Amino acid sequence: MMIMKKMSYVVLCAGLMLGATGAQAQLRVEITGIGSNQIPVAIANFANESAAPQAISGIIKADLARSGVFKIIDGAEMSETAPVSYDQWKSRGADALAAGSVQALADGRLDVRYKLFDTIKSTQLSSMNNAAAPQFNRLLAHKIADDIYEKLTGTKGAFSTRIAYVTQSGREYRLEVADADGEGIQVALRSNEPIISPSWSPDGTKVAYVSFEKKKPIVYVQNLVTRQRTIVSNEKGSNSAPSWSPDGTRLAVALSRDGHTQVYTVNADGSGLRRVSNSSGIDTEPQFSADGQSIYFTSDRSGGPQIYRMSVSGGDAKRVTFGGSYNISPRIASDGKTLAYISRRDGNFQLYALDLASGQELRLSDTANDESPSFSPNGKYIMYATESGRRKSLAVVSVDGRVKQRLTTQAGNIKEPTWGPFMK
Amino acid sequence: MSNFKSLAFIAAAATLLSACSTPVKLAETPVVERAPEKAAPAPADNRQVQPVTTASVDPLDDPKGVLANRSVYFDFDKYAVRESETAVVQNHAAYLTKNTSRKILIQGNTDDRGGAEYNLALGQKRAEAVRKSMAALGVSEGQMEAVSLGKEKPKAQGNNEAAWAENRRADIVY
Repeated sequence: MMIMKKMSYVVLCAGLMLGATGAQAQLRVEITGIGSNQIPVAIANFANESAAPQAISGIIKADLARSGVFKIIDGAEMSETAPVSYDQWKSRGADALAAGSVQALADGRLDVRYKLFDTIKSTQLSSMNNAAAPQFNRLLAHKIADDIYEKLTGTKGAFSTRIAYVTQSGREYRLEVADADGEGIQVALRSNEPIISPSWSPDGTKVAYVSFEKKKPIVYVQNLVTRQRTIVSNEKGSNSAPSWSPDGTRLAVALSRDGHTQVYTVNADGSGLRRVSNSSGIDTEPQFSADGQSIYFTSDRSGGPQIYRMSVSGGDAKRVTFGGSYNISPRIASDGKTLAYISRRDGNFQLYALDLASGQELRLSDTANDESPSFSPNGKYIMYATESGRRKSLAVVSVDGRVKQRLTTQAGNIKEPTWGPFMK
Repeated sequence: MSNFKSLAFIAAAATLLSACSTPVKLAETPVVERAPEKAAPAPADNRQVQPVTTASVDPLDDPKGVLANRSVYFDFDKYAVRESETAVVQNHAAYLTKNTSRKILIQGNTDDRGGAEYNLALGQKRAEAVRKSMAALGVSEGQMEAVSLGKEKPKAQGNNEAAWAENRRADIVY
């Protein structure tokens, strides 16, 4: 179901709402641009939502506003069981209405119920009932936001997904995991040496990364739940740039064991190492295609770095990028149609997206030192590292370049973002 | 002897401290356990000579020696050891060929412009250039490992040519 209404740029009170719900956050999200087509949706205050640690409706509104796709219409308290006056909501300009309730169960869990109504067609679009412990309050709200996003845009929502990134403060490096809205930060790894290139496993339980804790780059896989760390590649020389195969069984890595940096694949437990690329120059930053059959990578075989594609079994590589003399860090959207990368033009390193079918290039940032793009699992947004002032921060942009957000920390640098997958 | 000295010091300090903190006068002469002094045994044979060896100075430990310089600098966008840097490579190669049990890590570095992973690969090229130069001078591959730190461990901070030049470097680490 698609409800699209042409709207002029309306500056929402999104910033205020985020300020209210994100008071405790160490990551600050700031919206710097919004979409041009916004779906007007009314979000009622959920009945009895003061029973939850944070108002469910507030979290939903912040998610939807941040997406840039919705114009939020505030509604008074309304339970999902209350009768809907469709005409009244239609006259307030709402194409859809979400209402719900919170109930504290005897076992301490919160029962959160919600319904979504189509005010144009006067029908119910969706409903959800979920009970969970109070610490999962935000997750329940994100899942409702995901459902609203999916029912109204036709694309799966990514509000309940998580991100991982590296912070650096003085000599301390941390690999952190947070909700996609920057809340609920958890530290996965603390080190006095750099950590780069984190990459989520497709099932969302592990992160592969490069750690310099042993005076050289070594590739690890860390199980976020059990803390177990596995050395995936510690060959002579440098070991770097891990990325997962879509089925989660293998990783592509860049190793210098044969005297220069080339692309290899290896099983997630470190066995079955195989060289894939074979050039005399640099081949690095491998990324599996969405179908797992090819690998996109950065190579300097033509002089400056450009992005190429080859079969997972190696062989000839096809050049993919042609604009500019420096194109690095390929990332492929989950539908396999869009390639995000960093291009240097006039001395600025900026985020670009390439439509692989048409070869059409789109510049998505106007900053100067962008790095490490990462698609949201629904392919609609790209998170990347950038600079604001002289500090490193994160930014999110929609693939059409219209919706923009910036994530900053109170102190130190934040970089190397990787957007986690949908989780069951 | 040093054991005895530290024991005596601790005892003396304890006396001082207790003198400060307790009004009650304690024993004036603290009991100190003396480490039994080793009397040199009477030589059974006074024609027997006991050899003494002075600690030999490893040239690696000489802060003023040529091996104290362990950095090889590179030109912008260049990955070959330049003429002015060959002496550093030659000095370490000479040491390593004489001391075959010593091993080195060659850590390549780059300035901070551009992507982390591509810079890691560029730093690797610098480390490999030093490794190859040393191999050509007879250093065995088993003594060397070329790795890269990319742009992650800048020696100089700053967004200017002086800082960038300082970071275009390979370090020899024993």
